Amino acid sequence: MADFWQQVVAGLASGSIYASLALALVLIHRATGVINFAQGEMATFSTYIAWALTTNHGWSYWPAFAVTLLASFAGGVAIHQGIIRPNEKGSVLRVVIVTIGLLLALNGLVTWIWSGEVRAMQSPFPTRTMDIAGVAISIQDIGTIGVVLATVAVLWALFQYTKVGLAMRAAAVNPAEARLVGVRVTWMLSLGWGLAAVLGAISGMLAAPSLFLDPNLMAALLIYAFAAAVLGGIDSPIGAVVGGLTLGVGLNLIGAYVDFVGADLRLPAALAVILVVLLVKPSGIFGKSEVRRV
Amino acid sequence: MSALLALENVEARYGPVQALRGISLEVPEGAVVAVLGANGAGKTTTLRAVSGTVRRTGKIEFGGKSLRGGPEAVARAGIVHVPEGRGTFTELTVTENLKLGAYTRRERNLRADIDRVSQWFPWLPDRANQPAGTLSGGEQQMLAVARALMARPRLLMLDEPSLGLAPMIVREIFRIVRELNEKEGLTVLVVEQDARIALQSASSAYVLEVGKVAVAGSSDELRENESVRRSYLGY
Repeated sequence: MADFWQQVVAGLASGSIYASLALALVLIHRATGVINFAQGEMATFSTYIAWALTTNHGWSYWPAFAVTLLASFAGGVAIHQGIIRPNEKGSVLRVVIVTIGLLLALNGLVTWIWSGEVRAMQSPFPTRTMDIAGVAISIQDIGTIGVVLATVAVLWALFQYTKVGLAMRAAAVNPAEARLVGVRVTWMLSLGWGLAAVLGAISGMLAAPSLFLDPNLMAALLIYAFAAAVLGGIDSPIGAVVGGLTLGVGLNLIGAYVDFVGADLRLPAALAVILVVLLVKPSGIFGKSEVRRV
Repeated sequence: MSALLALENVEARYGPVQALRGISLEVPEGAVVAVLGANGAGKTTTLRAVSGTVRRTGKIEFGGKSLRGGPEAVARAGIVHVPEGRGTFTELTVTENLKLGAYTRRERNLRADIDRVSQWFPWLPDRANQPAGTLSGGEQQMLAVARALMARPRLLMLDEPSLGLAPMIVREIFRIVRELNEKEGLTVLVVEQDARIALQSASSAYVLEVGKVAVAGSSDELRENESVRRSYLGY
């Protein structure tokens, strides 16, 4: 039983990393109506900034973490204003293709700046385990879960209780109407991209210590995040979090207890989740299919 | 009375289709002015030209100043446009809709304003936390008006408030608009297909025909003019 709970906590830790990246995908999907295929590479770029600050410039972890979040936010806003916005007038497909281009460009840029070598990223949490009711739990796992849950709480409060949060939601659900009440919609969408970049950066910085840092760090994570977002409902922020945690725990338990899956088939299992959800309930667990009076 | 809003020779087009062919009209401060006409006459486009949601040429003056920019800027100037089809944020709650109405204002505590607006629509507080999309059509239209009032607008522009609503509810909405005008001095420009009810509330009206002003005058003049009534108002 102790082993089971250990697997659950480890699953929640990787699940919270998926959740953070999935939430980034959901934010952008709600704001811009597209899947941002570059979300993973944006996160990789951010993680390299943190790595460079701590390793090359001798910063301690948390200041580097904070500066990386600020830089990511600015980067997200800049990408929206400079690259996405000029293409938004076209079809959705056009924006999707732009994000795929961005994926390739950022991947190349990371390799060019920091080389393709595999790097060790420091973790802010000790690698020790602690004993809770007979279960050995990794402090790093607990820290990862804590950081993501705190981020989600802050974001939720921002959207629920602040004027700018309300304006961002209004701009996402009904841009034309939002303009009529005086909301500067484009800037709200840019803010959304900034926040998404911050979420991605958090997932990257939390994932890198155990996965090691290389330019393709986020490639597999993006698939898990897709699966999490689809499972929870691509337009539902709560869905992204619940979907991420469910997926993390589920994959971990399957990997541990179903022999023929093991570690190798985790990624195909995530793809299977995407496929099954899209076939059976395309709106996901928390997504609502459009219902309104006319 | 000076004109709060004045349009001079305003033109607008959707691609190759010219929707407005030189509209000139005036809305005096404190008046209710109606824009009437058949489908496709350019009524909605007239409002959209003012609010900046459609590209237009010609002169639009608001409060003596030239009105420029997109809808965000027009909203900040003090004009609130309630578009046809109940422009509410259906996924947001009633309270959130009301708060968004006051978005352009700096006031942080909106409780007093929500109470003030609720005097006109007493059912609002009971529905405070309900998503706007779950309200009935008439309630959504009233919420749209309530949200507009939250901005404390200098000019309220209503587009077809009667669209798809039962006659009793339409009368109720126009009664409230008239009272807002009489008691709070709110200036209103209302576009309406139902000329009879619009003329009961408006002091003057413009009848549009294929993007031009065909007839204009006080509501009484228009009502009493037999030929105008037959050919333009349809009753």
